[in-house]
Amino acid sequence: MTTAPIAMEPSFVRSERTVASWLLTTDHKRIAVLYFVSVTFFLFLGGLFAMLIRIEHFAPGPTIVDAMTYNRLFTMHGVTMVWLFMIPSIPAVFGNFLLPIMLGAKDVAFPRLNLLSFYIYLLGAIVVMAALFMGSADTGWTFYQPYSAHSPSAVLPTVLGIFILGWSTILTGINFIVTMHTMRAAGLGWMRVPLFAWTMYGVSIIQVLATPVLGLSLSVVFLDRAFDWGLFDPSRGGDPVLYQHLFWFYSHPAVYIMILPAMGVISEVIPTFSRKNPASYKAIVYSTIGIAFVGFLTWGHHMFVSGMSIFDAGAFGILSMMVAIFSAIKTYTWVGTLYRGAILVSTPLVYAFEFLFLFVFGGMTGVAVATMSLDVHWTDTYFVVAHFHFIMVGGTLTAFLAALHYWFPKVTGRMYSEKWGLPAATLVFLGFFGTFFPQFLLGNAGMPRRYYQYPAQYQVLNVVSTVGAFALALGMIITFIYLTEALVRGPRAGNNPWGSRGFEWRTTSPPPTHNFTAEPDFKIGAYDYTVALPGELEEHREAGHA
Amino acid sequence: MTVSGLPSIVRDVLDLPPEASTFAYKIDTLHFAIIATTMVGSTSIFLVAVYFTLRYRRRSNVQLTEHIVTGLPLELLFIFGTLGLFLVWWAIGYHQYVDLEVPPKDALLVYVQAKQWMWKFTYPDGRSTNDVLVVPAGKNVRLVMGSRDVIHSFFVPAFRVKQDVVPGRYVTTWFHSDSPGTYPILCAELCGVDHSVMRGSVVVLGGEDYDAWLGQNVVGTGSTPLAGIGREAAVKHACVACHTWNGQRHIGPTWSHLYDSKVSLEGGKTVIADEEYLTRSMMEPGADIVATFPNVMPASYRYTLSQPDVAAIVEFIRSLENAPETQDAPLPAVEVREVADAGLPLGPPPGPHLPVPPAGRPDQEQQ
Repeated sequence: MTTAPIAMEPSFVRSERTVASWLLTTDHKRIAVLYFVSVTFFLFLGGLFAMLIRIEHFAPGPTIVDAMTYNRLFTMHGVTMVWLFMIPSIPAVFGNFLLPIMLGAKDVAFPRLNLLSFYIYLLGAIVVMAALFMGSADTGWTFYQPYSAHSPSAVLPTVLGIFILGWSTILTGINFIVTMHTMRAAGLGWMRVPLFAWTMYGVSIIQVLATPVLGLSLSVVFLDRAFDWGLFDPSRGGDPVLYQHLFWFYSHPAVYIMILPAMGVISEVIPTFSRKNPASYKAIVYSTIGIAFVGFLTWGHHMFVSGMSIFDAGAFGILSMMVAIFSAIKTYTWVGTLYRGAILVSTPLVYAFEFLFLFVFGGMTGVAVATMSLDVHWTDTYFVVAHFHFIMVGGTLTAFLAALHYWFPKVTGRMYSEKWGLPAATLVFLGFFGTFFPQFLLGNAGMPRRYYQYPAQYQVLNVVSTVGAFALALGMIITFIYLTEALVRGPRAGNNPWGSRGFEWRTTSPPPTHNFTAEPDFKIGAYDYTVALPGELEEHREAGHA
Repeated sequence: MTVSGLPSIVRDVLDLPPEASTFAYKIDTLHFAIIATTMVGSTSIFLVAVYFTLRYRRRSNVQLTEHIVTGLPLELLFIFGTLGLFLVWWAIGYHQYVDLEVPPKDALLVYVQAKQWMWKFTYPDGRSTNDVLVVPAGKNVRLVMGSRDVIHSFFVPAFRVKQDVVPGRYVTTWFHSDSPGTYPILCAELCGVDHSVMRGSVVVLGGEDYDAWLGQNVVGTGSTPLAGIGREAAVKHACVACHTWNGQRHIGPTWSHLYDSKVSLEGGKTVIADEEYLTRSMMEPGADIVATFPNVMPASYRYTLSQPDVAAIVEFIRSLENAPETQDAPLPAVEVREVADAGLPLGPPPGPHLPVPPAGRPDQEQQ
């Protein structure tokens, strides 16, 4: 029982019990829980918008809402999912919880700033929700000019809300960067840092560099509308395409804000469940940095038909191929990690495998749309919708669910039921595939996105997609229910139920308020399965195994 | 109808529309190659993961494994093999993209005006149609497009052609269809509440049918060729106070033989005087100043010229591409300062002093 001295200290959950101790906490773990509650709420809200969109598309003509409401629904779906769920999801929840522990620190570098980030997020979310009740915007989450300057909908409060959310993202990014630089435990060199922490570092850099550009562009949209400045108004010498450049300068890197953390999760889950070191730790670290850098240079591939020069388009095309190669490197490394491992099939690993398939498929279709002549046909069609949902949902959401199951015992100290986990993971996969695979074909057939009514020839695939969406929603609801049940009644998990070498498992589960009661011992690497952890064999024997 | 093309079974599996333009077959072939690789790639990676999972099942929860790191040669093989494949695709795609973006010189021209929520097509003979674009089979067709309000996107799935139509600038796209038939036009950029019903169709007519359509007297339009409308607009807006159409030098550059010629700008650059240049010179006269001429135009004609007028003036300038020139006609006398200040129609149009341009220009490129 090597963990005995640690077990004496109360966990972060039980250290204080008042409501104020949660709402005013500066403990990164409690802040992570606050974020988790919020992003889960918005995941289901965004999902509800998605379901309404899918139901509307059951038939080619008007079904349950009118055209204006439809446009508002897909705008709110995008805004909610991108800024209220996906961008904060893995970094603000799991990054917050795990980054300091993985570095052997007591907390992030600026704990109070961390709490401020959460409340700025909450304020932004409230403003966006207020915009929803004021009728919401109908411009799509992209707010393209000049339509967003003239749209008869609530563009102002929506844009204001997103502007506020951006500050939260920037502050979290700064916090993580400083934490990574200054809070690593003694002896924890850069090239021994867990891969999830590396991706948090990469994502923080993107957040800090890209989000101000979003803030700037949205401020101009705001001023244009509020004071009739006409900065993008062509009748006054403005250029609406300039807005697109500014918007995508943020929003393409934002794709990596959403997918890099997912890659970090997969880079932890696969080594743990195969009890193997990553096939190449360096390859994953360098490709993370590579994505964070080259990801800034590819935004123009969103604009191949906007009238940009052929030379520019060609340059953006080739740079997009470069950024794709980093994802390919990671994928090969993950699969290579399994080679000669000791693999245990469980829910997090199943989600990681789903991620592999969907991410490779989604990523390769990204290469396909970066092939410029093909993009001319596909851009602004359902092909693109399917492509980015394969990355965002097939990638980020499955990784979020992998993370949720993998670290569930870490955060709660309890175990979920594999009997529910495995079928739910399968249902989520089938539902997802059923929803979005038909959308590739719809795009091939030429159905533009953001279409309230569509030509009748597209109905069959739309119906299949809607049925898939119901399966996906059911999978999510089942997951929500059994995890909630496990939170209350799940069996005690022990400190390290997966036998992982990950640094976050070297303390109790759930961890005490200051994460470690003694100096953390990181002498055995985070992916070193060549030796047993101290006490591991004894615990194994006590548990009744040979 | 399509002579060459992907096997129909492949098109059906991919749910692709008919291949009704010369681009479609090439694009679809690349499409098929990449998508097939995507499916094979993602499935094999998944299957390899599943194989390893079965092959290396965990035997004990305290099982130890060897430390294996992929060697650099194998890594480089994977990296550059994959990157090489991506770059080959890019090279083919770029080549096709250049083809899509650069219209041939000998194309029939149609002016397109997009607005919430309709497409208006104006032909050089002055007729115009709403939501239906009529073009001949077997000829290159070039569209010069502008938007009156927000961004729209001209999308013909059967042609694999799409081009954003941005207000305040004029963009071109082109296609060549050998397959008579009717193909949907869809707006592909969110443009407001009726975005999804901003639809039209391209009607591709075979030789005789097209001639018959040309011969039809379309009710309500078509009596004056577009170039003639352009000439009237140029007179009305006093363009001709400074720009001659017979080759004589006056306050501004002459419009005669201007279209498609190489123009030297202040600062030593040169541009080809295509539709985009001509419209930009009306929208932003200060953007490209022709060498040796003072910029005395108003800051912009955006408020002054309607979009159909702009298209008509461009067509008028086009019609002067090979016009006869003289050097001794009387020039209109004009106070430069007034033009610069007002930018609005001046007193009596100077038209009567000017030679009448040769008739029958507009249909030239159709013959």
